[in-house]
Amino acid sequence: MSTPLLMFLVFVGITLVITYWAARRSTGSSAYFAAGRSIKGWQNGVAVAGDYMSAASFLGIAGIIAFQGYDGFMYSVGWLVAYLTVLLVVAEPLRNAGKYTMADVLAYRLSPRPVRAMASLSTLTVSTFYMIAQMVGAGALVSLLLKDSGVTYSSAVIGVGILMIVYVVFGGMLATTWVQIVKAILLMAGTILLSVLVLAHFGFSFATFFDAIKHVTYHDAAGRVVTQDFLQPGLRYKPPYGALDLISLGMALLFGTAGLPHILVRFYTVPDAKTARTSVVWAMAIIGVFYILTTFLGFGAATIVGRDVIAKNGGTNMSAPLLAQTLGGDAFFGFVSAIAFATILAVVAGLTISASTSFAHDFWTNVIHRGTERAPGEEVKVARVTAFVVGGVAIFIAIVLGPTANVAFLVALAFAVAASANLPVIVLSLFWRRFNTRGAVAGLATGLLASIVLILLSPSIMTVDPPTVTGAARHLIQSPPVFPLENPGLLSIPLGFLGAFVGTLTGREPSAEAKYTELVVRANTGLGAEKATTH
Amino acid sequence: MPPKMHMEPEPGDQTPEVGAATDVAPLGRGTSKPAHELTADEDRDVADWDGVAATEEFRGLLASKRRFIVPATVFFVVYYFALPVLVGYAPEWMDTRVLGVNLAYLFALSQFFMAWAVAAAYVRAAGGWDETARRIIERLSFKGKEK
Repeated sequence: MSTPLLMFLVFVGITLVITYWAARRSTGSSAYFAAGRSIKGWQNGVAVAGDYMSAASFLGIAGIIAFQGYDGFMYSVGWLVAYLTVLLVVAEPLRNAGKYTMADVLAYRLSPRPVRAMASLSTLTVSTFYMIAQMVGAGALVSLLLKDSGVTYSSAVIGVGILMIVYVVFGGMLATTWVQIVKAILLMAGTILLSVLVLAHFGFSFATFFDAIKHVTYHDAAGRVVTQDFLQPGLRYKPPYGALDLISLGMALLFGTAGLPHILVRFYTVPDAKTARTSVVWAMAIIGVFYILTTFLGFGAATIVGRDVIAKNGGTNMSAPLLAQTLGGDAFFGFVSAIAFATILAVVAGLTISASTSFAHDFWTNVIHRGTERAPGEEVKVARVTAFVVGGVAIFIAIVLGPTANVAFLVALAFAVAASANLPVIVLSLFWRRFNTRGAVAGLATGLLASIVLILLSPSIMTVDPPTVTGAARHLIQSPPVFPLENPGLLSIPLGFLGAFVGTLTGREPSAEAKYTELVVRANTGLGAEKATTH
Repeated sequence: MPPKMHMEPEPGDQTPEVGAATDVAPLGRGTSKPAHELTADEDRDVADWDGVAATEEFRGLLASKRRFIVPATVFFVVYYFALPVLVGYAPEWMDTRVLGVNLAYLFALSQFFMAWAVAAAYVRAAGGWDETARRIIERLSFKGKEK
């Protein structure tokens, strides 16, 4: 058995033990969905970081930097600064006024059924987009890792999918949280080690390292040798639309995080708003260090491994694992690949649980059955079934799409949907007294529709490929793009706000306005907030 | 219904004690729900919301929060978008060599420290707000006992 495979199996074994332990401890809704609201601040912070540092961060950013230099670092910056939006605007009010899902805060003073139905739809959409990216990463990684033993992309995706269903169905939020914590610590350890090895390669001299980045050599598409300064901006985002695309990406990242359902549910696992705040700070410390280190992962892969080698061995997403192989041999390659696997498994489990929680709590119990569980534990049962279905759908789509696109780019699209649909209604429901049900439904629908339609009309779907491009690498629609930007945020986020605003103005809802005072008092004092189940 | 203010969890240890009796309460069967399963409609009388909102102390809390959060948010949004705008529209200038790297990389790196600094300032300010919120809740529960 190869070293990488062994490493991977050891990790899977550890996480299954955690799941078994958690399954024995968790009974009931609050325990299953919110880990009994008993997670400590630092633990939740590490888990938030774990949920957030997905395949996109570890594999995707390293890949974009390795291929297009500085521009890839823009993802790193946006993904950290975004936490200020979470910390300053949404985390504490949400913890104080909600219960299990983002929709709880909306349903608080608005008409619950339409709002929950729409919020559930957008949660499922964002989670699916995000999950597809993780599955693509997992598939690409396995095809590289086990290319000699006949494991294909499809079977890798199916394997990851089945494992994740096991975590969520049996362990619930407690198991998922602990899997995130273990994985976050492993990922940080691997990243720090890899960065030290990169620096060691350059004799621990930053000057030598940055000097090498200025002269990266590779073969371009036409086979010519090119020497390029990789610190120079503009290698990915070129005129005429590059600048706008950068701003659009920036908007999606900055405003998307605060609308990500799987990050928001994390704030319900802690006892109170103060702990929610502590956990954001912990997460920011870990995530910040990690994203600064992407400098070494990405530029290290560009200078030490080189574009040519990466392109032949699995493409952009494999930059970090290949860097580990070059610097530390097969054992280290195995370790880093196991971490990447762990990352994907853990994030997918987090996504599945938020999607299935939203469906069970928002759609099944509150929309279909008007707020009552017909039998004890029904909500948990529905969530488990949903986890099966969501997992199956994600496996299917990831196999259909194939291992072509960069995973950081795919995840940025999920952020755009979250920023356009979820964030406007969360912010308006917390800060605008006049906001009403029509506004929420219109905002969610406009944001969701605008971001998806603009993605379909963008260069990532619509591009005329030269005949040399074949197979899965060909774009879905062979015609010039209608919308020139890769990321729809620039247009779809304002549209989401506009939809919410116009929708609100079409009618008045006295009950929603009357309850605003209550929401403000709750959100700001924690009066009557959900408590930990510690008695 | 018991006033919720008395249900403060023990400070300090939050060891998971999942599977508490309250979790398996038969929902929707006409029995009284545990406090944390109530919907907003059912426990709206936890406090006199309008009364609390009208107090000097609560209005002061909101104003104090606004005084910090609004300028801080404007600051980090402007500082953050300065990066893609400058990199996008003045790439040559951002490629100016400074300290062995370039302006673009240094400005990107500074974003991390900016984010940490704003977060630290927020946590400091929020400590004071916690104190005020605690006083507001405490006074309410005191009134509750008097009744």
